[in-house]
Amino acid sequence: MKKLKLVMVGNGMAGVRTLEELLKIAPDLYDITVFGAEPHPNYNRILLSPVLAGEQTFEEIILNDLDWYAKHDIDLRLGRKVVQIDRRNRRVVADDGSSAEYDRLLLATGSLPFILPIPGKDLQGVIGYRDIADTLAMMDAAKQYKHAVVIGGGLLGLEAANGLKLRGMDVSVVHIGDWLLERQLDRTAGALLQQSLEQRGLNFLLPKHTAELLDNGDGRVCAVKFKDGEVIPADLVVMAAGIRPNSELAEQAGIACNRGILVNDTLQTYDPRIYAIGECASHRGIAYGLVAPLFEQAKVCANHLAQLGFARYQGSVTSTKLKVTGIDLFSAGEFMGGEGTETITLSDPIGGVYKKLVLKDDVLVGACLYGDTADGGWYFRQIREQANVAAIRDHLMFGESTTGDVGHQGQSSAANMPDSMEVCGCNGVCKGTIVKAIQENGLFSVDEIKKHTKAGSSCGSCVGLVEQILISTVGGAADVKPKSEKAICGCSELTHGQVRKAIRDHHLTSLSDAMTFMDWQTPNGCATCRPALNYYLISTWPGEAKDDPQSRLINERAHANIQKDGTYSVVPRMWGGVTNPSELRRIADVADKYHVPMVKVTGGQRIDLLGIKKEDLPGVWKDLDMPSGHAYGKSIRTVKTCVGSEFCRFGTQNSTQLGIDLEHDLFNMWSPHKVKLAVSGCPRNCAEAGIKDIGIIGVDSGWELYIGGNGGIKTEVAEFFVKLKSAEEVREYSAAFLQLYREEAFYLERTVHYMQRVGMEHIKKAVLEDEVNRKALAERLRYALSLEQDPWQERIHSPALKKEFERIPVTQLETA
Amino acid sequence: MNWMDICALDEINPLGSRIVASSKGDIAIFRTADDQVFALRDRCPHKGGPLSQGLVHGKQVTCPLHSWQISLENGEALAPDEGCAHKYPAKVENGRVLLCLEKQRDCACH
Repeated sequence: MKKLKLVMVGNGMAGVRTLEELLKIAPDLYDITVFGAEPHPNYNRILLSPVLAGEQTFEEIILNDLDWYAKHDIDLRLGRKVVQIDRRNRRVVADDGSSAEYDRLLLATGSLPFILPIPGKDLQGVIGYRDIADTLAMMDAAKQYKHAVVIGGGLLGLEAANGLKLRGMDVSVVHIGDWLLERQLDRTAGALLQQSLEQRGLNFLLPKHTAELLDNGDGRVCAVKFKDGEVIPADLVVMAAGIRPNSELAEQAGIACNRGILVNDTLQTYDPRIYAIGECASHRGIAYGLVAPLFEQAKVCANHLAQLGFARYQGSVTSTKLKVTGIDLFSAGEFMGGEGTETITLSDPIGGVYKKLVLKDDVLVGACLYGDTADGGWYFRQIREQANVAAIRDHLMFGESTTGDVGHQGQSSAANMPDSMEVCGCNGVCKGTIVKAIQENGLFSVDEIKKHTKAGSSCGSCVGLVEQILISTVGGAADVKPKSEKAICGCSELTHGQVRKAIRDHHLTSLSDAMTFMDWQTPNGCATCRPALNYYLISTWPGEAKDDPQSRLINERAHANIQKDGTYSVVPRMWGGVTNPSELRRIADVADKYHVPMVKVTGGQRIDLLGIKKEDLPGVWKDLDMPSGHAYGKSIRTVKTCVGSEFCRFGTQNSTQLGIDLEHDLFNMWSPHKVKLAVSGCPRNCAEAGIKDIGIIGVDSGWELYIGGNGGIKTEVAEFFVKLKSAEEVREYSAAFLQLYREEAFYLERTVHYMQRVGMEHIKKAVLEDEVNRKALAERLRYALSLEQDPWQERIHSPALKKEFERIPVTQLETA
Repeated sequence: MNWMDICALDEINPLGSRIVASSKGDIAIFRTADDQVFALRDRCPHKGGPLSQGLVHGKQVTCPLHSWQISLENGEALAPDEGCAHKYPAKVENGRVLLCLEKQRDCACH
């Protein structure tokens, strides 16, 4: 088939990102031609400020070098500006007379600086601040001249002013508004910012209207004159009073424009062969200037160009996270407040911290942070998800410490960390290494950082810190999405929620059916999606979906825990932590017979045999003659117990027996993540039930149930769920809650994170308030578990399953 | 080439693997969804993890220890990781899996 011709006008971040997305899903559909007015390949425009400030070089901010274009057979025409679109003949013409024909045209012409229409605007030394040429002109001027005036107290203006100051100029910022960054900050935060910038040596004139730029006699600017008559010296004037969409080319071609090229939800213009994306496009009345929404547009546009057509762009909620001379600022949503809203404010002018949260009907709708922005990402998520925050309102202001408790010296704010400090305690990655990887490789998401640096890729406790570092390095371009909005992995565009729903709604019962139905982009998935899909299938359709051992990671395939040297550990089940002399003798005999290098008592009240060869596993299991402890699975682990009323002089309830009963009830239960329970016989809580997925505490009048606790990466205290009278009720309610979790949670989501996502109210409604539903949930769990068998027993007796553990010996090798 | 008969293809699960205990150490033999077989030294170039215990997808295996992605076709780690697990020639003939313990030219180790 002959390839279609795709021509792109403009060679900036939004356009090239669209090409990258397109090449990922339809690499051979188009012959691609790109016209770029600048003589450079695609670079990271957001990082012009660090270049101006001398912190980075231009080479360091290039995102796609010339090799990239060559590798993808893209006909790149640099330094050529397209001056005409001939829609009738489907052809574009450049300023050097060259032309290119198109089947699809992508306009990514970006924006132009708004130049004030005042006398003197065309003098030498008067520039905008948009591209690398402007940046170089400023660096040049700083070498020869003294006085710089920046018109515009917005983000771009402040960055320009900061850079020029660092290069030794006297800088004044002229602003028409009452305070700085009035589109990103409220008055209080704006004033705080001005104060600290003044301390760093910048001058501010505001509110002030510029009237005229004065000529030095040689055609170069020498001063700025204001409407009130005041005149200040200026050898360089940077116009940073805003940008406007560059839609001139489209307008000339008769394409509908109104403050931008009008596009629909698939980023098509009035002429459906012509797409527009990025700062030049106006979608539902908004021309976005931040990178994150443009990248969302790029995905949708690429999807449509690839003739898939199932993606829609429906607008973005934006946040601004910025840094001016080391001061952290963050704002998102309706941070100014207004009718029907309430605000919560924290103000510490001496400490340089100001936080304002805007709520409407118990939903967070806006946030403005100054000085301490560590929780910006979390607030942003609350705003996007429109979560009800009534229950956490009293501590909302203090944010959520998104980082774990351990592994990074108690740090929860990346901004305060020096480059040499270790962020990832598992893989030994320092902050500086992460920043360098982000800058050198043009990374925009935590997943990319994990791949390149390994930071956050093991236990995950530092992911919150990594995300902060990403945001403070690339600002609004950071791709930070909650798991509920993220694609399951690189093999599919669908989220965990969408995958679960499709499997349920369309009665998908096998991995291959599910992948075919959902248009999986890889032939058989990857190590991330296959275990998730397998879990969703067997948990949704017990008895119908067949478990696929090849889609389980090694621990669940071998039913033991792999160790660093490739040996395994074996943990037999001890119901409720109770054992007896005969079991202990068998364990001792096995340890002798198989020369087990280490025997260790676990945190879950049982015994671990470490260093066992894989081929010995079935023999070990047979000799132990004890059930699997599932210490290796996303499954029920243990029910930890205290001694309870049978022996303890303080015990009020028989916690040991209830623990044993619960462990029998839940034996063989697979779940989204590991599940641990504990039962204590009195409020002294010796079984540490407060940090378990379900914690049960006996009191004189019955049992208290707590759910969503976690003792690992980040200690989470379980929340009170319900008080019950009898042990039978505890077993029913526990089963019902766990079945709800099994049916609704995303793969690898612990109960605490599931609860945070769906809310305690939802769980109470399903389990406590609706008796019929509770009994049905418990019954569904009972049914699912009735189909399961002890995996160790199965593998001792089935030759087919035993094969997994056998090596092909060297003696069998013969010359064929 | 000196081919050796290892086992029937059926003795390796699709998307699974087996370990051959050879004179050159453990060798992992993998079977893809389309019944091709590949052989690598059973040691991840990262920290020596047994690749035979990994999850096979497409023509790759994910190491069970730290999730490095290793290409079955040339033994190399996928970017951004770098390293090579030694590749050995392997093929299927008449339903039998054949392995050769000689060095393979297209392996990046050579």
